[in-house]
Amino acid sequence: MWRTTTTAPRVVCCLLAVSGLLTGCLGRTREADPTRNADAKEVTLTIVANAVSGGKNARGADWITNWVIPRFTEAQRAKGVAMTVRFEQNGAGDEDFKTKVALDLKTGGGADVVELDGIWLGEFAQAGQVRPLDEVVGAAEVDAWDGWRQIPDAVQGLGEFEGRRYGVPMGTDGRVLFYNKKLFAQAGLPVQWQPRSWDDLLDAAAKLKALPGVWPLQLNAGTAMGEATTMQGVLPALAGTGALVHQDGKWQGDTAHVRDVLGLYRRIHRDGLADPVLQQEANGRERSFALFAENRIGILLESDYFWRSVLDPVGGVARMADRDTAVGWALIPARRPGAGVGGQDFVSTSGGGVRVINPDTRYPRQAWEFLRFLNSAEAVKSSLAGTAQITQRQDVNDEVLAGDPVLGFIADRVLPITRYRPPLADYPKVSAALQQATADVVAGREPEQAARSYREALVKAVGEDSVAGG
Amino acid sequence: MRAADRDAAGLGPVRAFGFLAPALVLIGVFLVFPALWTLYIGITDYQLTGPAAVQPQVVGAENFRTALADPLFGNSVRLTALYALCSAVIGQNVLGFALAWLLRPVRPGLRRAVEGLVLLAWVLPGPVVAYLWFAVLSRDGGTLGLLLDRPATAWLVEYPMASLVVFNIWRGTAFSLLLYTSALAAVPPSQVETARLLGANGWQTVRDAVFPHIRGHVLTNTLLISLWTANDFTPFLLTAGGPNHESEVLPVLIYRQALESGQLGYASAISLLLLVGNLLVALVYLRLLRRRA
Amino acid sequence: MTPRRVVRRIAASALIAVVLAFFAVPMLWLAGAPFDARPGLGLRWPDWTLANVRATLAHPYALTSLANSVLLCLVACAVTTSSAALAAYALSRVRLPGRDALLYLLLLLSSVVTGTAAMVPIFVLMLQLGLIDSRLGTALVLAGGLLPAAIFILKDFVDAVPRSYEESARVFGASAGQVLGHVVLPVARPGIAMVLVWSFVNAWGNFLLPFLLLRDVGRQPAAVLLRTLQDEGGSVNLAVIPVFSLLYSIPVVVLYVLVDKRYGFRFHGGIKS
Repeated sequence: MWRTTTTAPRVVCCLLAVSGLLTGCLGRTREADPTRNADAKEVTLTIVANAVSGGKNARGADWITNWVIPRFTEAQRAKGVAMTVRFEQNGAGDEDFKTKVALDLKTGGGADVVELDGIWLGEFAQAGQVRPLDEVVGAAEVDAWDGWRQIPDAVQGLGEFEGRRYGVPMGTDGRVLFYNKKLFAQAGLPVQWQPRSWDDLLDAAAKLKALPGVWPLQLNAGTAMGEATTMQGVLPALAGTGALVHQDGKWQGDTAHVRDVLGLYRRIHRDGLADPVLQQEANGRERSFALFAENRIGILLESDYFWRSVLDPVGGVARMADRDTAVGWALIPARRPGAGVGGQDFVSTSGGGVRVINPDTRYPRQAWEFLRFLNSAEAVKSSLAGTAQITQRQDVNDEVLAGDPVLGFIADRVLPITRYRPPLADYPKVSAALQQATADVVAGREPEQAARSYREALVKAVGEDSVAGG
Repeated sequence: MRAADRDAAGLGPVRAFGFLAPALVLIGVFLVFPALWTLYIGITDYQLTGPAAVQPQVVGAENFRTALADPLFGNSVRLTALYALCSAVIGQNVLGFALAWLLRPVRPGLRRAVEGLVLLAWVLPGPVVAYLWFAVLSRDGGTLGLLLDRPATAWLVEYPMASLVVFNIWRGTAFSLLLYTSALAAVPPSQVETARLLGANGWQTVRDAVFPHIRGHVLTNTLLISLWTANDFTPFLLTAGGPNHESEVLPVLIYRQALESGQLGYASAISLLLLVGNLLVALVYLRLLRRRA
Repeated sequence: MTPRRVVRRIAASALIAVVLAFFAVPMLWLAGAPFDARPGLGLRWPDWTLANVRATLAHPYALTSLANSVLLCLVACAVTTSSAALAAYALSRVRLPGRDALLYLLLLLSSVVTGTAAMVPIFVLMLQLGLIDSRLGTALVLAGGLLPAAIFILKDFVDAVPRSYEESARVFGASAGQVLGHVVLPVARPGIAMVLVWSFVNAWGNFLLPFLLLRDVGRQPAAVLLRTLQDEGGSVNLAVIPVFSLLYSIPVVVLYVLVDKRYGFRFHGGIKS
C-alpha cells in the first residue's frame, strides 16, 4: 500500500537525468550512412501497422505474424543472420494511429518498417520524418530491385512524393457505384445499368424514390463521416466536373467546380433522394452499409472494400446472402459525357497504403531486405489468404483477380481512369473544409453560400496564395 | 480553522514534508512538468507533421487571438457552459440531493438498490456507457423511441445537447448522491424535527434547517462536478461533436484540433483557455465559501 | 398520517420509481445484447445464444487485455490512494503557507494534463525516462493526473476527524505513525474507499495514454482493445463488443461491491462543511 515512498527516490533520479536529456531531444542529427550495420549477425527489426489480430485488418496482422515473420527469420537464418522481427499491432482510428507514428518518428524512435496510409506520406516527408528510399538505403540498392517492374506506375505514385520514392505501395482500390438490382427491377429500371451523366444518376434515383422505405442514393456527406465524405463523395464528384482538388499548385476554392459539386448535393437533398439524418450520425457510414444490405438503399458509392469486406456473404460486416446476384456495379459518370477530368466520360478515386523505412533505423539494409520480402510475389499472394484484392503487383493481380468480377472490373476499367489524392500536408485541412461545406448543404444552405464559407475556411487553413478561384 | 492548524498529531514539519513527498514527486514529474510544457506549446505553432513540424516557432498570443476570433471556439465555450450548467450544476446537484433527501426514510433494502444502481452508472467504463446510450437513443428500436412511441427519432442528431445533458446526469449523479447522503447524516435531527413541529413543509425544512448546515458541501460538490463535466471527453464517444458542431464541447474541440488536424500549438492554447475558465469558476467558489466563513 | 402526508408519500415513491427506471433502463442492453444471436445497437428481446461469449473468449487479446487493465489500474489506484492519503493528512494537520491555493492550482492543472493537448510532453517525458511500453510507467502517469482531486477529496475527510482523537492517543504515548495508522486511517476509511474506487474507475476507462505509451498489444489494457474491435471501415464487431463490454464492466462492479461491503461506501462525516 505505501510502496510509493520507496519508488520516489528512483523517480527523482530519473527526473534529474531527464532534465539534461530533454534539451537535446528534438534536435538530433540523423545518421546518414545507408550501409551502417549492414554486416550485423544479430538483427532485430520492428514493423508497425494499424492491424491487430481479432480486430482491425485482422487478416493483415495474422499474415505478418504467421507467415511473414517465420519465413523471413528462417531465410535469414539460412544466411547466418540471427533475425528477430517484432510486430507492433494497433487497431485504432486512423488519426490516433497517425499521431502515434508521428510521435515515434519525431522523437527518433519507432519501428524500422512503418505501414502508412499513402495520403500521409507528404506530411511525414515535409516534416523530415520519412526520407526518400535512395537516402535511407542507397540509390543503387533501391534501383536494383526487380519488383518495381511489377508495380504499375499509377500505383507506384502512392509511394512517391515530389517525384521521389519514399516507400513501396501495398496495393490499391477503386471506387464505383454499387446498386441493388432487385430494387432497380421493382422501380422499372434496367438491371444492367450504366449512367452516363449526373442527370442519368439522379433520374434513376428519382424512380427509386417511389419504393416505400428505400433511400435511393447514398453519396457520403457531412463531417461525421470524416474522410469517407471526401473520398466517396466530394472527390469523385469533383473529378466529374473536370477538376482535381489540387491542380497547378493551388487548391480548389470557391470555383465553378466546387459549386457544381455542392449543387449536386443540393439536388440530392432537396429532392429527398438521400437520408439527411444518416449523414450526421456518429455511425452513419456503418448504418448506410447495413441499410444497403437490407435492400433499403438503392445506389451507393464505395470502393471495392464494400464488395469484398462489407457485403461478403461469409465474413462481411453487413452480410448480404444474395450479394452475387443482387448487387450490380457501374462506373461513376462525369457530370456530362466528356466533362470529367482529362476529358473522361467516367471517373474514380483511389487510395492505398504504403510501407516506408524509418530513417533512424539501425539496420537500413536489413529493413530494405525485409521490405522486398514483404513485396515479393509469394508474400503478396499469401497475404490475400485465398481472397481477392487488388495488390500492388501486376503478376499477382493477373492471377487472383480473374475469379472476382468486381475486382477484375476495377483493375481493368477503373484503375486506368482513377485519380489519387494529393499527398500534401495541407490536404487533411482542405478535406475537412470540404466536408463542412457538404454538411452545410445537407443542412439546407445554398451551394453558393456554402462555397463562400468553404473558401474562407480554406484561406484561413492554407493561405490566400494557395487557393484558386474568386 | 485555528484548531485545525495546531499540530495535534505531533507530525512536525520534517515528517509532514516526508508525508507529502511521494505525492509531490509524482505530481511534479507527471503533472506539473507536462502541464507547464503543454502551456508553453500553446504559444508556438507546434504541429505533429508537415513543414511546421520541422522547426516550431514561438508565435506568442497568435493562437489565443485565433481562438477568440474563431466562431467554432465561441460555439464550444457556449456549449461547454450549457453542458456544465444543465447537467452538473443543476441536474446532478438537484437529483443527487433529492435522492439523498427522499431516501432517508426508505427501507434499507430499497435504498441500497437505488444507490447501487445510481453508483453502477458511475463506475461502468466510459466506452461501455457510450454503447449503452447508443442503445437507448438509437433510431432502430432505441429504448427511448419505443417508450415515447417515436421509434424513428435519431435523438443524438435531432437533440444532441439535450441527449448529452440527460446522459451526464445519469452518469454522474452518484457523486452528488454520496456526498449529500453523508452531509445529511451530519445535520442534527433535532433541527429538522423542530422545523417540522413548527409546521414547515418539506421545502421550507430543507431551506431553513438543512441548507445552512450543508452549504459547504453544496459548494464543494458543485465545484468538483462542474470541473469534471467541463473537462469531460465522453460526449465525443456519443456524438463526436456533431451534427455540424452542435455538441462540440471544448474537450472535443481540443481533441479534434490536436488529433484530427495535428495543430498541437492551437489545441494547447485552447486547453489553457479552458484552464482559465476553470480557474474563474474555482475563484467564484472560493469567494462564496469565504463569505460563509 | 394526514391525507396530505399520504399524497406526499405516494409522490415520493413514484419519484423514486421513476428514478429507478431511469437508471436501470440503459443497462438492459448489457444484459441482453451479449447473449443475442444478432446483437445490434438497439434494445430487443434476444435470441439467446452463447456463441458471442465463445467468440470473445477465443479472441487472442481479450483476456490478456483485461489482466493488463487490472494490473495497470491496481498500481495506479494504489499509488494514488496511498500517496494522497499521506499528503492529505499532512496538509490537513500542518499549517503550510499557500496550502489551499496550491491545491486548487494542482486541481486545475490536472485537467490540462489529462486532456489531449498534453500528449506530446507526456510522450517525450516517458521516452526519456525509458518508460515507453512499461505498464508501471503508464500507471504512474495516470496516478499523477488523479492525485490532486484525490488529495482534495481526502483532505476534507481527514479534516472531519476530530483532533481530540489524536491528542488523546498522543497522551497515551502513541507515535505519529501509530496515530496515523491506528486512529486517523480507520476513521477516514470510507473516504479512502471512495478515492480507491474513484481512481480505479478513472484509470480503467482511459484510452489515449495507454494507447500512446504501450506498444506491445500484449500489454495494452481493455480500454484500448475495445477501440480496436472495429474493422478497416470503422464498423464495430458486434459479436465481440457486447460480451467484451460486459467482461470489461465486471471488475469495477466487483471492486465497488467489495469496497462497499467492507467499508460502507459513503462519506463519513462528509466532505468538510
